[in-house]
Amino acid sequence: MRIQVETTLNGEPTTFLCEAHHSLLDVLRNGLGLTGTKEGCSTGDCGACSVLMDGRLVPACLVLAPEAQDRTVITIEGIATSEALHPLQQKFLEHAALQCGVCTPGFIVAAKALLDANPNPSETETRYWLAGNLCRCTGYDKIVRAVLDAAAEMSSGKAAAR
Amino acid sequence: MLSIRYEAPRSIAEAIHLLASDPGAHVLAGGTDLLVQFRAGAKQPSAFIDVKRIPDLVGISLDTNGLRLGAATPAAAICEHAELGRLWPGLVEAVHLIGSAQIQGRGSVGGNLCNASPAADTTSALIADRAECVIAGPGGERVVPAERFCTGPGTTILRRDELLVAVVLPRPPARTADAYFRLIPRSEMDIAVAGAGASVTLDASGTCTAARVAVGAVAPTALLVDAAGQALIGTRLDEATLSLAAAAASAAARPISDKRGTAAYRRHVVGVLAKRAIVSAAARARER
Repeated sequence: MRIQVETTLNGEPTTFLCEAHHSLLDVLRNGLGLTGTKEGCSTGDCGACSVLMDGRLVPACLVLAPEAQDRTVITIEGIATSEALHPLQQKFLEHAALQCGVCTPGFIVAAKALLDANPNPSETETRYWLAGNLCRCTGYDKIVRAVLDAAAEMSSGKAAAR
Repeated sequence: MLSIRYEAPRSIAEAIHLLASDPGAHVLAGGTDLLVQFRAGAKQPSAFIDVKRIPDLVGISLDTNGLRLGAATPAAAICEHAELGRLWPGLVEAVHLIGSAQIQGRGSVGGNLCNASPAADTTSALIADRAECVIAGPGGERVVPAERFCTGPGTTILRRDELLVAVVLPRPPARTADAYFRLIPRSEMDIAVAGAGASVTLDASGTCTAARVAVGAVAPTALLVDAAGQALIGTRLDEATLSLAAAAASAAARPISDKRGTAAYRRHVVGVLAKRAIVSAAARARER
């Protein structure tokens, strides 16, 4: 039986139809055409499908689509503004913190969750926080440096704005 | 074509009714075990009963008596709660060891108990902390000590029409603290080869007046090791006493050999972990 779900997706009221057993990941990619969120393992181990639901970092593969009713969901497509990339996205480019790019949306969403809660994480905190995001190309150093650089820039930007 | 239902009851009574009226219905908390088992074909529920819309099942309340953890409260909410980390550092460490930040955004202590993995990190910590499980059913509520909740790998004392609604912990008395240690072959994102939780109470002179030790991943369920706790009481936790407690933990273990470790290794290392947990809990208790 199809279920109608009303949610807020990247700031926009959104309605979709799904089956009870469909994952949020299925609906984002196949129903709504938001293919930035990637499917890696579908068992919650790789972090490629990371999204924010009510501000909390979750793997979209382990969320049933009907659970999104009345929730707010942010995907990688909701991270940049129409004018500018998010500092995390900019720093991933500057540090060349990607090769194939499949893990990148998950890393950026996970890193955003980290910086939302902890604007100045240590390298150790960053590495532990990102332990649930797997990259099979670059190694993790450039990714960690990009996140720390973004944190530094965002903090100094805030200081300048004051 | 699958014809599975999704239900999001708003009350415990409604959830119990849904469970009682459909033998194939399965409770969904964070889904970090259930949805993986479902996709692998290991579980084929006729309905997902999502209990996260029931206010009693999601939330943390702390008062002078102790702590009530809604069974479906995500692990991340527990780790973010400053007061819990101060009162039960060992339990919060165990919760923080579960999976990744993403998994902690979904997985819950109640779900961890109901999945009944012998290696569940939180279960040994809960047992050490004298946790009790609040279970609702058609006839009302019953309360069961955490050490009696799991009955084997993947099995619990829950009847089909019962729901774990909360885990409650008594507030630790003066100079009481807990700790949890596990062994994994890497630094993060793994499942315990063995684990041990301890809660230790000291008097003003540093003598142990109460202690609980629990071990995980070394038997079909996490175990309360009474002999290990008893060995500590009345002592000042000298080296010989710690060795006795470690030996008691090893003796209680009934491990299997699998890809994570041999039975002999697990039996040895769980004693080492129990000793470290006791030492760490006692050091924290001295600071209180």
